[in-house]
Amino acid sequence: MFGFFQYKQFGWWSLILKTGSGFQDFITPTEMENVGVLMTCPMSAYLEQELEKRFTLFKLWENPSRTEFSARYADSVKAVVGNTKLGADSALIDSLPRLEIVASYSVGLDKIDLNKCKERGIRVTNTPDVLTDDVADVAIGLALATFRKICASDGFVRRGLWRNGDFKLATKFSGKSMGIVGLGRIGSAIAKRASAFGCTISYHSRTKKQNTNYTYYSNIVDLAANSQILVVACALTEETRHIVNREVIDALGPKGILINIGRGPHVDECELVSALREGRLGGAGLDVFENEPDVPESLFGLENVVLLPHVGSDTVETSKAMADLVVSNLEFHFLKKPLLTPVV
Amino acid sequence: MAAAADEIQPSETPPLLLVHRLPRFKLSFFPFLQTEYTVLDPLADPPDPSFPDLSKSARIMLCVGPTPVGSDELDRYPAVECVVGSSAGLNHIDLAACRRRGVRVTSAGDAFSDDVADYAVGLAIDVLRRVSAADRFVRAGSWPVQKEYLLGSKVSGKRVGIVGLGSIGSRVAKRFEAFGCTIAYNSRSIKSHVTYTYYANVVDLASNTDILIVCCALTNETYHVINKDVMTALGKTGIIVNVGRGALIDENELVEFLVRGEIGGAGLDVFEHEPNVPKELLTLDSVVLSPHKAVFTPESFAALEKVVLGNIQAFFSNKPLLTEI
Repeated sequence: MFGFFQYKQFGWWSLILKTGSGFQDFITPTEMENVGVLMTCPMSAYLEQELEKRFTLFKLWENPSRTEFSARYADSVKAVVGNTKLGADSALIDSLPRLEIVASYSVGLDKIDLNKCKERGIRVTNTPDVLTDDVADVAIGLALATFRKICASDGFVRRGLWRNGDFKLATKFSGKSMGIVGLGRIGSAIAKRASAFGCTISYHSRTKKQNTNYTYYSNIVDLAANSQILVVACALTEETRHIVNREVIDALGPKGILINIGRGPHVDECELVSALREGRLGGAGLDVFENEPDVPESLFGLENVVLLPHVGSDTVETSKAMADLVVSNLEFHFLKKPLLTPVV
Repeated sequence: MAAAADEIQPSETPPLLLVHRLPRFKLSFFPFLQTEYTVLDPLADPPDPSFPDLSKSARIMLCVGPTPVGSDELDRYPAVECVVGSSAGLNHIDLAACRRRGVRVTSAGDAFSDDVADYAVGLAIDVLRRVSAADRFVRAGSWPVQKEYLLGSKVSGKRVGIVGLGSIGSRVAKRFEAFGCTIAYNSRSIKSHVTYTYYANVVDLASNTDILIVCCALTNETYHVINKDVMTALGKTGIIVNVGRGALIDENELVEFLVRGEIGGAGLDVFEHEPNVPKELLTLDSVVLSPHKAVFTPESFAALEKVVLGNIQAFFSNKPLLTEI
């Protein structure tokens, strides 16, 4: 059977291979094993394992320097697997002349230079849908933990303070008005859950959605002014950077809660911290920060915030599903089958 | 001279209302009482000299918090015809003794149900997704050092088993359905108006459950209903959330199961000997501990005031009580 490399050498054979009915595989398992895949940073031991079974896996973090790595291996790398911490920026793409595909272990694409990929004809895939439920669950979990002071009172018990008296009152979550920024897959899943708690839902989006009864606000400040909970669930782009700014925070107000399961740069973090410390914002449940893993230390002493280390999709079940999707997309690419979840 | 029982004459003193409370529950909890009624408080400081006589004529008792009402108390106040409860659970009231004396009892009704159901879901998500533990991790400054946090367990789509499908349990079910969870339950009797799967015993329920929510009333029958067999059936990946009463769970067994990792985790708002919490739990990341505060919101207390006042008014107007049990 003609394999991938023979196809490249004997161009005219490719016509026979393309039109031949029985030839599904353009690459043998052995040749697949020789395909170099570069993983940018540790993200999943299971994913590393599965990639190692099928390809030649390079781990960027195990190499002493990028330039040395480039010199030795750049020509072998045909695929990059990145995530929300380290994706495929312009410099990395430039250093890999034979790069064909970037498979991101995330749904967010803000760490990938999509324009460069388009220019060079590099395919890009992500992991939508499989993580929608997990992220929506964390959004609701953060809202409940923040409103009901679950984390603060857990600390109260662990420090032995219950013997001295009861914990203070918290705030009811059911029936509150929720404003969602970005009514995509994740935003809709959050809305569905919050509705079961009797919350009223409104949203702000680039365009009004046709198939929903939720109230639309074309202006995020108006959304914030009419919501007791503001949830950020949109993609990070040039337009949405710092979309939650001082004006939005002030509109949300001293009884309002901000939940961010999008990206840290969606929120002007300095303004957020001042507002929380000064009591101009009621509270915040945050899974993402502008400079992860650094979190403003002035938040550490506040009882009306809940701080998570970007765990939105970090469950055993979803991590496996995301990893399987990354591996399948790579396999399908090298087998010349249609990609499962292409972005570019 | 007192007016007829079903008429409140403006020129007469307001009707007698006996307040029965443990010292830690202050009267300020129900500020409206003093204006509407002649409040008789055995713990008044200085003591009210008219209390011993007047209390023998009081027809209605407001039981504040989980203050026990049993045969002794009912004998002490022989004119009481109605006990107005003010907590979600009524296990501190000897309902059989009340029934024998023809004393009617009212509950808090649905006043707390939304908040308790919300709290149960919040605790479940916290345990499975490690919210409190991860929050501690971040506040300890560990994120930049350790880079990654442990994976949690998915909530959506899991099997939820509810022990007690009453006012709180049915609200818990509705919320979890929106997460794509399947709902099953155990209750004293099958609820014909729901399509959830019914299990006649809690061990079978636990065998088919990932998230076990305990929200039934504490009675002689339900004491330690969550025992070793139930926890074994629930297994290593199952979690328990208790927003009912501490004594619904065999706490010593629970601690053993948690310490040995034989159940996946627990979210506990109630304990057998509050405010004491088994010390082994204080260092576990697989548990979320809460100081019996599932009803602690201003909204729940406002709703409670309304129900309590409504029941008292209905009693004195000879109208049907709002939340008679």
